Amino acid sequence: MTDEKTITMPVEATHIMMFRRSIGDFSVDDTGLEDAAAPPTFPQSVAQFDKDYFLRIKPGEAWFGSGKNPSGVEGQAASSGGLHAEQHFEFERPIRPGDVLSVVTKPGKTWEKESKRAGKLMFSERITEYRDQNGELVCTARGVGVKTERPVDQG
Amino acid sequence: MTIKASEIKVGDTFEEVLVEDLKRTQLVMYSGTSGDYNPLHTDDVYCREAAGYPGVFAHGMLTMGMTGRVVTNLFGAENVKKYGVRFTNQVWPGDDLKGAAVIEDIRQEGGETLVDLKITTTNQNGDVVVTGNATGRVDA
Repeated sequence: MTDEKTITMPVEATHIMMFRRSIGDFSVDDTGLEDAAAPPTFPQSVAQFDKDYFLRIKPGEAWFGSGKNPSGVEGQAASSGGLHAEQHFEFERPIRPGDVLSVVTKPGKTWEKESKRAGKLMFSERITEYRDQNGELVCTARGVGVKTERPVDQG
Repeated sequence: MTIKASEIKVGDTFEEVLVEDLKRTQLVMYSGTSGDYNPLHTDDVYCREAAGYPGVFAHGMLTMGMTGRVVTNLFGAENVKKYGVRFTNQVWPGDDLKGAAVIEDIRQEGGETLVDLKITTTNQNGDVVVTGNATGRVDA
């Protein structure tokens, strides 16, 4: 698997403002928006700038989600790419409005584990580097995803 | 108010209510800002009838984002050097979440004063939904 494309992520004050509201962070009043550093989990919203991102609707393609029927993509696995097991961010400096980040994701390690609540668990790691307009590393993110054999037992 | 090294010691704990009665609308808000439009987080019909879950549940990253407020309130967002979590239980609409950060170390590195935190977020039943660590710069 290789997905070493570069995504360009322009960082905008309004996007950070909306992101902050969505996580219930009201620590910055609206007058301080232009300078305020982004919250540490903001880099994940690079998904907005990935033209191939599989969790966003694309014109002319079937998309999962209920409409006329429950799944929207009959005949395909109901699992929509698995669950998130771990996420880590490391910053060389804060991300601020006006930054234009170049973002590259590389696959990392993969491993398996048995669980009582969801059967076989298949873990995979993804390492994402965010570099600024000067080519300097700003943030490194490491995500671990897990695909489960069956939905997680809620018992 | 952010913390100062002179005002804290190892073992100090800081707690914060992250959300009470988590609303489905907040899940929709987070989908919109993060770009994660997975219907597992917004579409009850899909969850129940197609995916085998009792209903929508929060994005792990929403829980991590809310938990991150404990970190940014202590350090300031501009001073966070590391923040990482493991997701240990799902978070559901209606949940009350509380975040806690324990000071694990206060140290000098590269001319900066750094503080290491151990982070735990629990729900109304006392179940841990997130565990993690963070490191940030503080004033002496």
